[in-house]
Amino acid sequence: MPEPVIRIKNLRKSFGDNEVLRGINLEIEAGETLVVIGPSGSGKSTLLRCTNYLEVPTSGSVEVDGVPFALPNVSRRVQERHLNKMRAQVGMVFQRFNLFPHKTALANVMEGLLAVRQMGRAEAENRATEMLERVGLSDKLNAYPAQLSGGQQQRVAITRALVMEPKVMLFDEATSALDPELIEEVLMVMRQLANEGMTMIVVTHEMDFARDVAREVMFMDDGVIVEKAPPEEMFSSPKHERTRSFLRKILRSS
Amino acid sequence: MSGFDFDLIVEYLPDFWRGAKATIFYSLTSLALAVAIGMFMALCRISHVALLRWLARGYIDAIRGTPALIQIFFVYFGMPAFGVNLSAPTAAVVALGINSGGYLAEIFRAGIMGVDRGQTEAGRSLGMSYGQTMWRITLPQAALLVVPPAAGEFTNLVKGTSLLSTISVAELTRVAQQIVGVTFRPIEAYVAIGVVYYCLNAVIAQGAVWLERSLRRSQGLE
Repeated sequence: MPEPVIRIKNLRKSFGDNEVLRGINLEIEAGETLVVIGPSGSGKSTLLRCTNYLEVPTSGSVEVDGVPFALPNVSRRVQERHLNKMRAQVGMVFQRFNLFPHKTALANVMEGLLAVRQMGRAEAENRATEMLERVGLSDKLNAYPAQLSGGQQQRVAITRALVMEPKVMLFDEATSALDPELIEEVLMVMRQLANEGMTMIVVTHEMDFARDVAREVMFMDDGVIVEKAPPEEMFSSPKHERTRSFLRKILRSS
Repeated sequence: MSGFDFDLIVEYLPDFWRGAKATIFYSLTSLALAVAIGMFMALCRISHVALLRWLARGYIDAIRGTPALIQIFFVYFGMPAFGVNLSAPTAAVVALGINSGGYLAEIFRAGIMGVDRGQTEAGRSLGMSYGQTMWRITLPQAALLVVPPAAGEFTNLVKGTSLLSTISVAELTRVAQQIVGVTFRPIEAYVAIGVVYYCLNAVIAQGAVWLERSLRRSQGLE
């Protein structure tokens, strides 16, 4: 059995009295695309944010390639440094892009290489340029985020994460803030990534994407995994009533 | 001995010029100190170390809760009691820097807090440290938010230098007092320095507009 890229054990997360994740166990193998669906407030975003420790879990563990985020019995400084190293291996794409508005598309993509990988400027620029060309943005290298469409911004944001050569990519409703006509250009990049064998966890409402790309689809509700199955099974014969009623609602609206 | 005597102003022009230079000098040096203190205190104020937060909070409250004049007296007349003897010019810069730093701390903090949380998250998710994210991502964006209120505080600082006349620092207000002492004509001298203060602050206001515009341009916002 190969070591899973991501292993999540007994993950719980509370905000005050509100328990948002109530015991999540999950393994993702290399090259797998897992699509996470569920109603808003079901904990899917929190799950992603715990997967790179943007949110620190209340209990339970998250491992990347067998290495846990939380180290036992170390100083705060050592733990912080370890977190930075771990996060650099996990790419994250946000619903609102979160590009650095004071930097050009090229500089956005170079930022992690310069600051985290300590790469030289010339090499970082070559690398970033090459990556942006691959997502069709060779003519936007020197554009600032404010000068780009939402779809272009999100493609830059994906590239910014990808250039770090992460072991897994997390997509947190990456197309939800986009105008309908811009969604497809972003989904295309994501599809291509999946085809190239990138390990991905994708929180999305795009059911066609789930059907075409996902190895497995996972339905979450109320902080737990209700069920997890290959897409054909999930969409044709979901086992749980909660899943059925969610799918009915979402498929009717699209 | 009536009306407004312009000749008097012309006669004392070299003295006004000397006072203006001193006012500019004390404004700029205190500003430099204030920016350093303000930045440090702002970072302490949002630190995850509780002790630093309390320290900054106490400092800011003490500074903003007491008159600048008392602070100047404390540094110049009070510190010798603790074995610290400062010359009037040094005490002047220290007192004004400490005072203005307290106000700038809150302005800087507001600027940092005003930057979208998603920016920090994006930086951290790339593996950048807290410090890197602050320095490379948050602060450049906060700078833009901070320029207008910080320029306002700088204006207060320039006007505040007039308090230094009380510890015999020969800045504009002190010079005017001396001229009045000789000529017994308060109107001319005080109007003259009022105009100088106004002009200095007009330069600051315009400078702030330029600085803001050039920051916006360098960040692709214009």
